[in-house]
Amino acid sequence: MKEKPDVLQGTLALMVLKTLDILGPQHGYGIARRIEQISGDLLDVNQGTLYPLLLKLEHEGSIASEWGASENNRRARFYRLTENGRKQLRAETRDWEQTAAIIARFFNVKAEDLV
Amino acid sequence: MKFLRRFLIRLANLTTRRRADQRLQEEIAEHLALQIEENLSAGMAPAEARRLAALKLGAAQAIREHHHAEQSLPFVENLLYDLRYAVRMLLRSPGFSFIAIATMALGIGATTAIYSVIDATLLHPLPFPNPGELVRIQDDLPGVGARGVGISIPEWRDLESSGIFQSAAITGRGANVNLTGTAQPLRLSFKQVTPNYFAVLGVDAQLGREFDPRDTTPGYNLEVVLSDGLWKREFGADPHVLGKTVRLDNDEYHVVGVMPRGFRDQGSTSDEQNVELWLGAGFAGMPFPPPLRESRLRSRAVIARLKPGLSIAAAQGHLDALVDSLKKQYPSEYPVQTAWTIRLIPLTETVVGGVRQSLILLFGAVGLVLLISCVNVANLLLARTSVRSREIAVRQALGAQRTRLIRQLLTESLLLFLLGGIAGFGVLFCARSFLLRLVPESLPHLNAISISWGVLGFALAVSVTAGTVFGLAPACLMSRLDLTGTLRQEGRGAGGSRQRSRARQILVISELALSLVLMVAAGLLLRSFWDLFAVQPGFNPDRVMAIETWLPGPNDPTTDPYQTATQEAVLLREILRRSRTLPGVEEAAIGDETSLPLGHSDPTRLPLIREGLETMDNQAPLIESPIVSPEYFHLLGMRLERGRIFSDQDIETSPQVAVINQAAARTYWPNEDPVGKRVRLHLDTRGLANIAKPAWTTIVGVIADARTESLADTGIPLIYRSVYQRTSKEVTIFLRGQLDPSAISEQVRGQVQAVDATLPVFHAETLEDVLSSSLSVRRFSMEMVVFFAATALLLAGLGIYGTISYVVNEQRREIAIRLALGAQRGTILKMVLRRGLGLAAVGAGLGVAGALIVSHLMAGLLFGVSPTDLPTFAGVSGLLTAVALAASYIPALRAMRLDPITTLHSD
Repeated sequence: MKEKPDVLQGTLALMVLKTLDILGPQHGYGIARRIEQISGDLLDVNQGTLYPLLLKLEHEGSIASEWGASENNRRARFYRLTENGRKQLRAETRDWEQTAAIIARFFNVKAEDLV
Repeated sequence: MKFLRRFLIRLANLTTRRRADQRLQEEIAEHLALQIEENLSAGMAPAEARRLAALKLGAAQAIREHHHAEQSLPFVENLLYDLRYAVRMLLRSPGFSFIAIATMALGIGATTAIYSVIDATLLHPLPFPNPGELVRIQDDLPGVGARGVGISIPEWRDLESSGIFQSAAITGRGANVNLTGTAQPLRLSFKQVTPNYFAVLGVDAQLGREFDPRDTTPGYNLEVVLSDGLWKREFGADPHVLGKTVRLDNDEYHVVGVMPRGFRDQGSTSDEQNVELWLGAGFAGMPFPPPLRESRLRSRAVIARLKPGLSIAAAQGHLDALVDSLKKQYPSEYPVQTAWTIRLIPLTETVVGGVRQSLILLFGAVGLVLLISCVNVANLLLARTSVRSREIAVRQALGAQRTRLIRQLLTESLLLFLLGGIAGFGVLFCARSFLLRLVPESLPHLNAISISWGVLGFALAVSVTAGTVFGLAPACLMSRLDLTGTLRQEGRGAGGSRQRSRARQILVISELALSLVLMVAAGLLLRSFWDLFAVQPGFNPDRVMAIETWLPGPNDPTTDPYQTATQEAVLLREILRRSRTLPGVEEAAIGDETSLPLGHSDPTRLPLIREGLETMDNQAPLIESPIVSPEYFHLLGMRLERGRIFSDQDIETSPQVAVINQAAARTYWPNEDPVGKRVRLHLDTRGLANIAKPAWTTIVGVIADARTESLADTGIPLIYRSVYQRTSKEVTIFLRGQLDPSAISEQVRGQVQAVDATLPVFHAETLEDVLSSSLSVRRFSMEMVVFFAATALLLAGLGIYGTISYVVNEQRREIAIRLALGAQRGTILKMVLRRGLGLAAVGAGLGVAGALIVSHLMAGLLFGVSPTDLPTFAGVSGLLTAVALAASYIPALRAMRLDPITTLHSD
C-alpha cells in the first residue's frame, strides 16, 4: 500500500472536522460522501482510510461517537465534533490559512519586488 | 514530548487493541453495505455494485493491518506474547518450575541477606554527612616502636590552625560514669569531647543545642548532651529537660541538648558506639594535665573533617610538612630518634577494619552459592531441551527466526530467575527480624542493618543479570538444532545433542568444583573454630561470674571519697567480705575492667620504663596493666611460675609491687630473672594531676601465660598491679561457686549498696558467656560458611543426579540392546556409576586447585590449621565423591533394571 504523505493525512483530518462542523453529527459513510462531494473528483482518497482516521480523532478527543439510526433506519455510528475538536478546528484553520497566505505570497512575488 | 505521548497512547492501545480492530471491521462493513445499497438504487447489477463498492473503499485488510502497525508497539507486544507463553510453559511443568524457582530463591535470597549486612557495614559505615571528609589522626613514634601515642593540646591547636581541616576534635574512647539521682544509680558510657566534636561529625541536636564550638573552657565546661535513648528511658522524653542538672560522678552538669534518634557515635567498639552522654571539655585544665607539648593525651582519639575537596593523600602531604617544621621548631620535644609522625586514616577504616575480611569471605561464599544455583538452573534449562527440541525444531521449520526463538527462550529463563529473586527477597523480608538476631552484637555497624529499597534493587539486579547470563547460553544452544535430525527422530532421545550433553557435563563439573571450594573453606573455618574453642585458655572460666560496678571520679579529686588506694581498699575489702557470704559463693576476687578476661575491647596501655633502660616517657613500649586483688590468680586458676603473688600486706604505704606474665618476662627481660627488677609505669591523666613522678615498682612474681586478651593470641605481655596499692575506678567482682545467674545481680547489688548506696551494679555475666561472645563474629562467619557449603553440596548432588539421569535416559536404547545381547546387569550399573565418578573426579580436581588459592587468601582467618591442611582437603574430597556416587546410584539402578523388551518396543 502506498503511504499517504503527512500533509494529506493532516488535510484529511481537517476536512473531517470541517464537515462535522458544518453538517453536525454524521456517520462514516456520510462523511465520506460529503468529502467526495465537496472536493469533487480532485481528491483521490481510498474511502477505507477514513475509518482509522476517525478512530484516531476520537482517541485524541476531537470527535465523539454514539450509536444512532441512519436515514434508512440502519444502525450506524454517528460522529460529532466535541468542544475540544472545535478548538482544534479553529487553530488548524488559522494555521492553514496562514500557511496558504505565505505560500500565496511566494507565488505572487516578482523579481523586481525584491530589489 | 510528542514522542512520549504517542508512546503512551500506543501502550494504552495494547489493551484496547482488539476492541478498536473490531470496530474498524464493523465500520468498514457498514460502509460497504451503504455503498452497495446506493449503487443498487442507482441501477447497477448486484455483483457490479459490490465490486465497485469494494474498489472505492480500497484494500480493507491492508488498512486494518496498517492501522494496527501504526497504533501498537511490536516489541512490547512480542514481549507480552513471550511472557504469556513463558507463564504457560512454567505452569505446564510445575515440578521443574518449582525446583528452579526455589533454587534461585535460595541463591539470591542468601546473597541479598549478606549484601544487606555489607551495605550497612562496609559500604555505608558512617551515618554522617560527607563521610569521605572524616579522618582519624594518629600520632606514632616509629623510632621507638610506639603507635597511637596520643596528641598534646599544643599539637591539636597546631592542627586546628593548619588550614588542612575544617575542624579537628579530641574525643575520649568511651568510658563509664555514674549517673545518680535516678531510681537506681546508673553506669553509662560517656565521651569527653572538645566542644567542636558534633560540628566535625556534622550532626545537629534534635532538642536544644550542642556545645559551642568556640567554647574555650580549659577543663570540663559542665555541659552535657544526652542520647535520644537515654532521654526517653530516664527522662521520659521530657521536652523541658534542657537546663536540668544531672549528677555525673558527683559533679553537676547542665543538660544542653539531646541528639537525634538513630545517632550512634563513631568508633570501633560497642562501648564507643553506645555512648549516651557527651561531656564538653577543653582537655587543658583540671582535672586534665597542663597543656604542655610533651604531655600527650593517651587513650584519646583525634578526628577531623578535611577541607572540602582535599584528598587524604594531599592532606597527608601538607601534614608531613607541618610535622617537619614543628620538629625544627621544638627539637627537644621531638627527639630525632623517635621519628614522630602523624597519620591520617579514613574514619570508615577505623570503624570496620576488623571485620572486613570476615565479611568479604562471607560475600565470596554466598557468591559461590549463587553461582552454583545459577549453574544448576542453567543445567535444568538444558535438560528441558530434550523435551522441547521437537517443538523448537517445528517452529524453526515453520520459519521462526533464530533471534526470535532466543528472545523467547531468554524471556522464559528471565521469568524464572526473576520469580526466584522475588521469592528469595520475599522470604528474606518476612524472616528479617529472625535473621537479624543471628548477626552478632559485636559487628560494628553505625547504620541499622535493614532490608531497604537499595537491597531490593540489588536482588532484582542480581536476578536479571544472572537470568541473562545463564539463560543466554542454553537459549543459544537450544536454538541451534539440527532440524532434519530432530524432526526425523520422532522424539527418540536426540542423538544430535552431543554439544548439549558436553555443555551439561561442563556445568556439573563446575558445580562440583565450586562446591568443593566452599566446603574446603567451611572445613578449615570449622577446624579453626573448633581448635579455638578447645584451646587451653590458661585460666579456668568454669562457674565464674563477673559483675561490674563503677566508683565515681569527680572533677575535683578532693571531693572523691575514694581518692586514695587506702580509702578504696576499705570499700573493696568490705565488698569482698560481704560477697563471700552470698549463697553458693566459694571464692571472690576483685579486678579492674582490663582484668576481665576477653571482656574488654580497648584496654589502656601504659609505658613501661625499666630501671637501667630509662627513656623518655613517650618513647617507652606500651604494656597492658590489669589491677587485681590477691585472690584473682587463684580464682581464675592461673599458675604462679616464679616468686610470689600479691598479699594483703601489699598496701599503699608499702613498696609498690607487680606481677608479670611469662610473655612480659620473655619480651622485656630475655634470658634474665625478672623477679626483683624495678619498673615505672606512667599513669593515666587523672593520676598525673597529683603525682609528679611515679615511684619505682618491684616485680615480685611471674605468672603463667593465659589467653585473657584474645583466645587466638597467646603471649601478650601483661603487668599486674595490686588493687590495694592502686586506685581503680572500674571494679569487676569475680565470684566462683554454685551461683544462680538470675539472682546474683540483685544479691551483689544489695551487698554493694549496703556499703555505698550511690554505686551502680550492672553487667553480671558468666565467664563462659564472655568467652563465647568473644568468638561471636568468628562463629557467625563460620556458621554461615558451613551453611552455604551444605547448600552447595546439596545443589551439586542434585546437579549430578539430574545429569546422570539424563544420560541414562538418553542411552536407554543402547543399554536395552546391550542387555538383550546378554550384558551383565552389574556391568551396566558399573558403567553408569563410572560416569558419575568421572565427573566427580574432574570436578574435585579443579575444585582442589581453586580451594588452594582461596584457602591461602583466607589464611588470616584461620587458627591452628594450615591453609593446605591435608585431612580437610582429603575429607572434603571424599565427602564430595560419596555424594556424587550416591546421586548417580539411583539412575544407575534404574538403568540396571531396564526391561529390554518394553524399552525397545516403546521406541
